[in-house]
Amino acid sequence: MEYHLQVPFLKNDIKTLKSGDYVYLTGTIYTARDAAHKRMEETLNEGRELPFQIKDNVIYYMGPSPAREGRPIGSAGPTTSSRMDRYTPRLLDLGMGGMIGKGKRSPEVVEAIVRNHSIYFAAIGGAGALFSKKIIESKVIAYDDLGAEAIRELKIKDFPVIVVIDSQGNNLYETECLKYRKE
Amino acid sequence: MREINATQITEAVKEMCMEANYRLSDDMKKQFDICEEKEESPLGKMVFRQLQENLIIAEEEEIPICQDTGMAVVFLSVGQDVHITGNLTDAVNEGVRQGYEQGYLRKSVVKDPLERENTKDNTPAVIYYDLVPGDRIEVVVAPKGFGSENMSRIFMLKPADGIEGVKKAILTAVADAGPNACPPMVIGVGIGGTFEKCAWLAKKALTRNLSVRSSIPHIRDLEEELLVKINDLGIGPGGLGGRITAMAVNIETYPTHIAGLPVAVNICCHVNRHSSRII
Repeated sequence: MEYHLQVPFLKNDIKTLKSGDYVYLTGTIYTARDAAHKRMEETLNEGRELPFQIKDNVIYYMGPSPAREGRPIGSAGPTTSSRMDRYTPRLLDLGMGGMIGKGKRSPEVVEAIVRNHSIYFAAIGGAGALFSKKIIESKVIAYDDLGAEAIRELKIKDFPVIVVIDSQGNNLYETECLKYRKE
Repeated sequence: MREINATQITEAVKEMCMEANYRLSDDMKKQFDICEEKEESPLGKMVFRQLQENLIIAEEEEIPICQDTGMAVVFLSVGQDVHITGNLTDAVNEGVRQGYEQGYLRKSVVKDPLERENTKDNTPAVIYYDLVPGDRIEVVVAPKGFGSENMSRIFMLKPADGIEGVKKAILTAVADAGPNACPPMVIGVGIGGTFEKCAWLAKKALTRNLSVRSSIPHIRDLEEELLVKINDLGIGPGGLGGRITAMAVNIETYPTHIAGLPVAVNICCHVNRHSSRII
């Protein structure tokens, strides 16, 4: 099924989304990858506030290439999500709405998705130029010194993603490959 | 003896870094068309359409195909009748520096693997030098993304493991890589040599034209058989299930020791970038 969805969303809005659904996202999301996650965890350990509200918001695992003049952003496709796995359950337990990335997640992340009725979307890896055109605005809001790894607030329009792990824990990477596997 | 000024190398490397990141080689594009045709999964076909649209946008607007514009791997085959004026290594790194800056490419290299401070100009490149007959220099620039690099493997097999062991090793690496390596992948394999030689062969194999099979008959058969077996894994484009998991398997071999059978599997995503020039 194909859907259009506003981000951020309430957990109630994604209850009916199923693994395999194709979704166009419009609204505001935040980028964070390896170094930003490490810093966010240190921030939480020190009992301080994260640089943006994690509750209900969606994190996009992405570090863009530089923008040309007159453009909001350069190439902007997803990076491999599993490198963020060790930080993710804690963010989900703090109410994070969902994640956009690519590739497998650990069993701990899948459990935390189900426990918190969250969702994991995949964007197609390596389609960075295409995603660049779906981003209308980009602003660094924290960790500027990390360059491509800084936290950015993105305004997106009709950003195409696929539900890989839905709020019930169905996992497209596991189910769909079996249909095409030949022994 | 032919004189080549190192600045010529800088200029060539600079242009090739940009070219490789905006535009895939024709053999890659041709393989996209062939594979999209073969794909049966509706999601898989949709992924191929997105990737082809992405290639058009990247080329027309000079936006990198992928935001991971890679660590620059540079193969230099230097003719032994060439004399280079200036420092060749510095010239290559200067080309990378200028190409990544002027081409709006991402700087993804950290100075120390543990301290991890970004060098901010994507240098140094990983450079391999080969001495060859003649008075020319062949330069191949292959920016390598790390989503797929991280899923690459080396297996130090025993001679008794034989061809079946080799097949199993390659299939294991590809199955483990799954959606993380941004399929449809290109699989570069090195068999033989020593520990580092087979890894080098696997990297080099990725730069071979995808429509050219190995000239060694039993290796060509192995390439073809493995492509079928890999596609039977069902991982599919984007890892979302489908008939096309890999677009090609390129294998390079080298003589090895009586006690060993090294196999390196260098996995590349569908953005298998390489640009070459002869100077």
